[in-house]
Amino acid sequence: MSHSNLSQSDNMSPFEGQVAKRVGPHYGKVFLTFARNSLVRDMTFRLNFILQCLSSIGWTAMNVGFYLILFQYTGSIGEDTGWDQDRFFIFLATTWFINALVQAFFMPNAQEFSEMIRTGGLDFALLKPIDTQFLISFRRIDWSALSNFVAGLLILGYALYCLATRQDDPMIPSAMSVVLYLFFILCGVAIMYSLMISLSATSIWLGRNQTLYNFWFYITNFSRYPMEIYNRGWGQSLYGFFTFVIPVLLVVNIPARLLAKPIDPRTEYEWMLVGWGLLATLLSVILSRWVFKMALLSYRSASS
Amino acid sequence: MKTNDKERKLIVTVTSSPTQPSDERIGENGTGIAWRLSMWWTILQTALEERLVYRGDFAIGTLMRFLPIITQIFLWSAVFDAIGAQSSVDDAGVSSADDMTQGLEIGGFGFRDMVAYYLLTMIARAFSSMPGLASGIALQIREGEIKRYLIQPIDLIGFLLLTRIAHKLAYYAIAVFPFALVFYLCRDFFAGGWPPAHVLVAFIASLIMSFLIGFFFEAAIGMIGFWFLEVSSLLFIFMLFSFFLSGHMFPLTLLPEGVGTFVQLLPFKYLAYFPAAVFLGKIPEDQLAFEMMVQAGWLVFFIVLCRVGYARGVKRYSGFGG
Repeated sequence: MSHSNLSQSDNMSPFEGQVAKRVGPHYGKVFLTFARNSLVRDMTFRLNFILQCLSSIGWTAMNVGFYLILFQYTGSIGEDTGWDQDRFFIFLATTWFINALVQAFFMPNAQEFSEMIRTGGLDFALLKPIDTQFLISFRRIDWSALSNFVAGLLILGYALYCLATRQDDPMIPSAMSVVLYLFFILCGVAIMYSLMISLSATSIWLGRNQTLYNFWFYITNFSRYPMEIYNRGWGQSLYGFFTFVIPVLLVVNIPARLLAKPIDPRTEYEWMLVGWGLLATLLSVILSRWVFKMALLSYRSASS
Repeated sequence: MKTNDKERKLIVTVTSSPTQPSDERIGENGTGIAWRLSMWWTILQTALEERLVYRGDFAIGTLMRFLPIITQIFLWSAVFDAIGAQSSVDDAGVSSADDMTQGLEIGGFGFRDMVAYYLLTMIARAFSSMPGLASGIALQIREGEIKRYLIQPIDLIGFLLLTRIAHKLAYYAIAVFPFALVFYLCRDFFAGGWPPAHVLVAFIASLIMSFLIGFFFEAAIGMIGFWFLEVSSLLFIFMLFSFFLSGHMFPLTLLPEGVGTFVQLLPFKYLAYFPAAVFLGKIPEDQLAFEMMVQAGWLVFFIVLCRVGYARGVKRYSGFGG
């Protein structure tokens, strides 16, 4: 029976004994329930679900088509960057994984969050005996967005196969780099999540932030290409800004570099970047948590 | 919903208010031309006012729409660098990095042309994109609102076209500032400067036609709502295709030979690629007039398609209740 528990229950003296044995929701179970409910909801409109999957596959095919055409004309993206066709397709697959995860788990929730603030529905979320940020962030899962994840797997499989079997300079990634890859994909998702939840939390202050929300799409647009392409002329200020202030450039670049190894052997600078990526993930999660709490403090329900 | 209310109110004022000067004029000459003009004017005014309410938010939103262009600039400059480096290895005569990318072209587009192309497609899309048109028509069919066009002396397609023109005019009235700013900042990418007068005229004509093609194309898709009540997923697929095939994603000349020829035959290219290509002089002078005529032909095709679709749809349609 720790001291802190006792002091927390000071003002609820009749139930002292019960409160000390902390009763909290089982977050894993709650999450699974959310996931199941969303799946049931998605499966209710099955044709719609299939069409949504098909259209995201179509979107993927168009992007793949565009890059295939691009690589008809060039050997790599950028001079001496090492991003040739196979390696860039690893990069593309990484973008797809991260986008699929963000769109499946967080996008519908962030949208709903802004709407809840506007309509006052947030009141009910605040009343529930569970961490509000958790409730807001995981309530709904868009299962159809995960079709992009599958598409990403296909692209990745194909690119890795080509990379391993090609004539000049074939490469098979080491087990270590695969582990790091998976870990930094999760870090990338965490950075994106932080950005998204902070942006949607600002709608508490701004009332309605359609423009800000679009802004999210435009910012993440920067993360879709190898970061080296910005490292020239006035692009360097963008490079700095989106690496150190809003670290969206790290999101895809770090895992993709770790797996695809465009420059062999790895440079000192790359490892520093990986270290910064880890730090940036932690910082953005903490910062977004803070922004979210600050925003909640200024929430004044949309009274009826 | 909000706009629908407004439109309904508008129709009420146009058709039933006895104090309107326009109504008196009908009584005077009975031709209905003046009445019609005044109705158009009212529709225009309402749409303009609607637009101008959120002008600040809207101007910023338009500026942001150019953000992806920045990525495109860096992507293509990296690509052209790599091609330049490759070809200079093949032929060691070239000296500096600037020279390398200077004469390089892929699909007939050099680096600066490429960026200019993306900027120009933004203009073309500003004309040809019709957000909410097809889904709006389908919604009106589903909810039965279409009935009012069947009993009132207002033509659905004409009314929608007028509102669209008004919305677009209001849009340009504000969007011209962010557009001018971005184009001024990017003026160096337009290597050829302003095109000659006749090309400019062709460009403007192709923009106007791309607006009309965009309108009748989408309206025709909306008419499918008479047969299938839910068109949103169909519409999404259409948008996906049009993004790729209109040349919004990349200049269509980059496509490989066979596919490219086929895609050039489709009407999608008039939504983005064609006006930009006209401006940049990528359409050979002697073919320009012919190509413009083909565009006009497509326009006529879509007008007819839309009208036939509407007429047939109305025949199928049955409205119940009030």
